[in-house]
Amino acid sequence: MSLTRRQLLVYAGATTTLLQLSPRFSFADEPPVRGGTLRMHIAIEPPILVNLTHTAGATVYIAAKVTEGLLTYDLDLNPRPQLATAWTVSDDGLEYTFSLREGVKWHDGQDFTADDVVFSLQTLKASNPRGRATFANVASVTAINPHLVQLTLSKPAPYLLKALAACESPIVARHVYGDARPETHANATAPIGTGPFVFKEWVRGSHVILERNPNYWDAPKPYLDRVIVRFIGDSAATVAALEAGEIDISTGGVPLSDIERIKGNPRLSVDDRGEPYVNSITRIEFNFDNAYLQKHEVRTAIAHAINLDFIRKTIFLGYGKPLYGPISPDMKNFYSPDLPRYAFDVAKANQLLDEAGLARDGNGVRFKLTLDPLPGPETYRRTADYIKQALAKVGILVTLRSQDFASYVKRVYTDRDFDFTLNGMSNLFDPTVGVQRLYWSKNFQPGVPFSNGAHYSNPKVDELLEAAAVETDVQKRFALFAQFQKQVVEDLPDLGVLTLVNPVVYDKRVKDFFVGAEGLGSNGAQIYIKG
Amino acid sequence: MKILLTLGGALWRALLHTLPTLLGILLINFLLLQLAPGDAADVMAGESGSATQESLAALRSQFGLDQSIPMQLWHYLSNLAHFNLGYSPRYGASVQALIGQRLGTTLTLMLLALLFSLLLGIALGMLMARWQGRWPDRVLYVCSQFFYSVPGFWIGLMLIVVFSVKLGWLPTGGSGTIGADLHGWPALFDTLRFMALPASSLALIYIAIYARLTRASMLEAGAQDYVRTAEAKGLSPWAITFKHVLRNALLPITTMAGLHFGGMLGGAVVIETVFSLPGLGRLAYDAVMARDYNVLLGILLISSLLVIITNVLVDLLQTWLDPRIRSRR
Repeated sequence: MSLTRRQLLVYAGATTTLLQLSPRFSFADEPPVRGGTLRMHIAIEPPILVNLTHTAGATVYIAAKVTEGLLTYDLDLNPRPQLATAWTVSDDGLEYTFSLREGVKWHDGQDFTADDVVFSLQTLKASNPRGRATFANVASVTAINPHLVQLTLSKPAPYLLKALAACESPIVARHVYGDARPETHANATAPIGTGPFVFKEWVRGSHVILERNPNYWDAPKPYLDRVIVRFIGDSAATVAALEAGEIDISTGGVPLSDIERIKGNPRLSVDDRGEPYVNSITRIEFNFDNAYLQKHEVRTAIAHAINLDFIRKTIFLGYGKPLYGPISPDMKNFYSPDLPRYAFDVAKANQLLDEAGLARDGNGVRFKLTLDPLPGPETYRRTADYIKQALAKVGILVTLRSQDFASYVKRVYTDRDFDFTLNGMSNLFDPTVGVQRLYWSKNFQPGVPFSNGAHYSNPKVDELLEAAAVETDVQKRFALFAQFQKQVVEDLPDLGVLTLVNPVVYDKRVKDFFVGAEGLGSNGAQIYIKG
Repeated sequence: MKILLTLGGALWRALLHTLPTLLGILLINFLLLQLAPGDAADVMAGESGSATQESLAALRSQFGLDQSIPMQLWHYLSNLAHFNLGYSPRYGASVQALIGQRLGTTLTLMLLALLFSLLLGIALGMLMARWQGRWPDRVLYVCSQFFYSVPGFWIGLMLIVVFSVKLGWLPTGGSGTIGADLHGWPALFDTLRFMALPASSLALIYIAIYARLTRASMLEAGAQDYVRTAEAKGLSPWAITFKHVLRNALLPITTMAGLHFGGMLGGAVVIETVFSLPGLGRLAYDAVMARDYNVLLGILLISSLLVIITNVLVDLLQTWLDPRIRSRR
């Protein structure tokens, strides 16, 4: 997950109960309307428009509308056909076949075939930062015939079928890339895909225009004539543009305090669901190389000293769910609900620190720590302020340090010159892809951003993660992750703070923009404007 | 012919002074940027949220960051010697193209703001000088003090709230109607509509400065002997004000305006952010955050050139305003 997404997601969202009351959920039998322009807002301009050799958060809002994937997913993350119409997985989980949709054309008029799929998956495996890991077990990708592709794996990869969305594993045209290096190919900034919208122009710093694809395979979709994506970084300017009716939908970046006010606008509405494909969380990560934080009692004391409920209700204005372990409660297929919890108990925290032999000095200070919150979101800075105050009550003197994103990444992951940090992370669509990287001792890799920054190492956890990564039985896999969650909560390499969702502000005339797991990162063919 | 010679001479002198200046600016910038923690690969890898040692190494080699710093500098300078500002792997585009896309917006914004602030500032300054010490002077003085003190971004936001959100007269941001494909007069009108608020917010502080500067210079020039002579000659008050007082009072104002041009480039970052304008300032800001040094060095170079060109133009303007300047050289 990118800085962009991470920042945006910090402006958290609400519970499912609220969502069911949301007007879009009244499935009235009204037919979609053809025509119109959707003006969409993105806060931070992505560097590329296809997630092939690089991934960046905001890219997905545009990418999937032009370049599609093999599959798409419903709200419960069940795979649904996109470019693949049918698929099979062998019982041992080592052989996958995908039947491809026939009669699909690229935007330049050429036929879409199995060769394109082979090329795309191979490039993802070779050059995509996440694809390198996701497709690591894929030994070969073969085109059996122009509409049938076979994947042979060296080891099972139970998460693979979830990783084939357009925004995660885009299928690009082999003939467009030719023999050029995909890393520097111009298709990344002027993409040719099979999607419902054709790329028209990108004026950097201003906007991207996508036009309706008249030859789209899923006629009569897309319903929209045009999508204009505008890049507005300033949050006050975003709110103004929404209120002035210059944008129809924001993909995030509207401050929580403004969300409350916008709810009073008769034309606008707020959707605060999290995207099931993303599952972002906020956590406090401890550096095990710090002499104090190494001690289990100290980490436990900190967990008892911080009132997570206060953070959620006061700083995040009640948006987001409590997070008790390493896996987001939104990941229903993996989340273990009966994890031990650290109650807010200052006396107990003090007692633990006393027992650890960390007595208070004349000023009531036991020891000093520096906290580095992830730069950017206001909510993170405020949470850091609160942590400083909360820990002062148990005799830990916290200094806050702020810096820009590049400095933060270098400090925490390369120089490892930090004590503890408040950061955001995406659990993504499967814990092996999105969670394992943070706790697996083999992913302690100084220099690599958002790896195991705690320097946490527990052979039992490694074993569980490695077993879960290749376990094809759903029940057994769930049990492995349940054990993993229990162990991590006990060891406390990090302390979960809350889940983050992305409140989307939209004009009530915009319909059906959130129909699958990818949320606003879907291909958008079904979106229409009515009224 | 004489004008051409003057122009050529001024340009030649500027060139002599500026080449070493430019080289110095580049070297200092290049070395300063090396001090910033983290590099472009860190940012790209951080943005993706997923990276491995291999993907980082691949990124570093794309950016040329795997080479030694002297080698990187040498590559940059040799590119520059071929009038090539380099390539940005982050944007997947040449730096020339990136800057070319943005330069127009920033220049339009700055020139409009400068023009607006000079016209209004000088006019108000003349009014203040004319009624020195009386109520129009006092009211305008308080106003100018206010606009001088208030930050530009706040004024920008307030203008948006009033003229875009409440009244709906002008757009909240952007540099033109997206996808309208306008030409000629409609295009100009469209640009002015989009530029009105940002140019005003950028101009307000300078209006205040020029008004007060004009007031002071007018009063000073008005007390000179030649004004008394002109009055004694029986010239009309209008002729005295415009031909004698204002013309002389303009010299310090043009000097300041030339200096402000560079300052406006800096102020443009804020205004471009508030009004979502695709300008150079925001590109520079993004380049710093992304540690995309090729882009940043390119922008710094172009900005330095802009400032130098402005200085030459101011010199020429002053020579025209006050012929004594030429004879002194």
